[in-house]
Amino acid sequence: MHIVDGALAAPVVVAGTVLAVAGVARGLRDIPLERIPATGVLAATFFVASLIHVPVGPSSVHLMLNGLAGLVLGWAVFPAVLVGLILQAAFFGFGGLTVLGVNTLIVALPAIAVHLALRRAISAAPPPKAAIWGAVGGAAAIALTACCVALALTLGGDAFIPAAQLVLIAHLPVMLVEAALTGAAIYLMRLVKPELFHPMVRVAA
Amino acid sequence: MSSVFPVSALGREGAGGLSATDPRLRIVTAAIFAVICVSLTSLIALLLALAGAVALAAGFNLPAGPTARRMAAMDGFILFLLISLPFTVPGAPLFTLWGLTASLEGLTLAMQIALKSNAVILSVMALVGTVSPVTLGSALHALHVPGALVHLLLFTTRYIGVLQDEYARLRLAMRARAFRPANTLHTYRSFGYLVGMMLIRALDRSDRIMEAMKCRGFDGRLHVMARFRLAYADWIFVGVIGLGLLALIGVEWWLRAA
Repeated sequence: MHIVDGALAAPVVVAGTVLAVAGVARGLRDIPLERIPATGVLAATFFVASLIHVPVGPSSVHLMLNGLAGLVLGWAVFPAVLVGLILQAAFFGFGGLTVLGVNTLIVALPAIAVHLALRRAISAAPPPKAAIWGAVGGAAAIALTACCVALALTLGGDAFIPAAQLVLIAHLPVMLVEAALTGAAIYLMRLVKPELFHPMVRVAA
Repeated sequence: MSSVFPVSALGREGAGGLSATDPRLRIVTAAIFAVICVSLTSLIALLLALAGAVALAAGFNLPAGPTARRMAAMDGFILFLLISLPFTVPGAPLFTLWGLTASLEGLTLAMQIALKSNAVILSVMALVGTVSPVTLGSALHALHVPGALVHLLLFTTRYIGVLQDEYARLRLAMRARAFRPANTLHTYRSFGYLVGMMLIRALDRSDRIMEAMKCRGFDGRLHVMARFRLAYADWIFVGVIGLGLLALIGVEWWLRAA
């Protein structure tokens, strides 16, 4: 999910940057210094996980897992995503610099939306039900992300509509894959480490 | 995948050329260059900007092959956008293909985006990507980026390599049990368990890290060791880059007026 430099209208870039800074500031406030190691290790996990390629039809997609990241990290997902994008731009040549804010928003906003909507249900429900909520969250995060990308592009003018439509269509299979994956991950985590969703409450609250 | 990891600079620090340039200066230069670049509209100015980025890549010793491959990967992402734009932007017809008319304005816009994105990402890889992640963190700290964000960056880069190894171990364990990815629910469920397991292990690991850090007197503060000072060569770098950027703006302004 990488919008590149130069593809967006200037007001979109500025607005995206302002909102992303607000989100990151909120996220940093939620990470007490002694939770920085845990947040960093989790952010690194999501970074590695986002490089996993999963077969879809004749091709493969790389995972995004922003729904799962939102559920686990809470508001800390904003700085975690920003760090990931900085590393990707500088060391892998993906994404861009002026669009860092917009790209952060595109990934982290759906993540925090899923967190706010579903976290309580997932920590309270029995594991099989939590898995279903997890799947819903995983799919919703991808759908929202695709919509954010499409919106950011089309705000630049009607000429971007076909590209935005392609983004939406291309994300349909990704949505299904991420739903299954997120559901399974939540199921396993609830079974193996039920308290996992509790220590993060302090971070997220 | 192993070609991507560990997170490491493509170039090497202290490898000659411009690589001794102050990292703070490089970050600021990359930011200013990016903002100017996306504001340019003239194709000639943008071509000059791309040439400048290529010069930076050469000056900072980016290896040509891997850099070109990464740029190609990024261009692949935006290929559809670039191809569709000439046909979707209304304007003076240029040529017709399968009943679709390409406009000059659309082609110009597509070329602008292609030049801007490539120039910016190349300059970022040259200026910032050649700094080691640890130095990058210290430099961002010196530029008054919030400490918590810097420490998060340092921890993330520190553990990406470790977790990559963990991922490889878990995948090996799956392969030893005859797992082969396919288009099945079983595959997606297995990958989900894999990610869940990695997160659980990551949390356990972070507990151990925290205990080890407390053992060594960690009190919530982290110290950035690096001290930066602008050297004589850095001022020359500032001068040359400044002149280059002014020239870019001049060309743009001159062509707009013409």
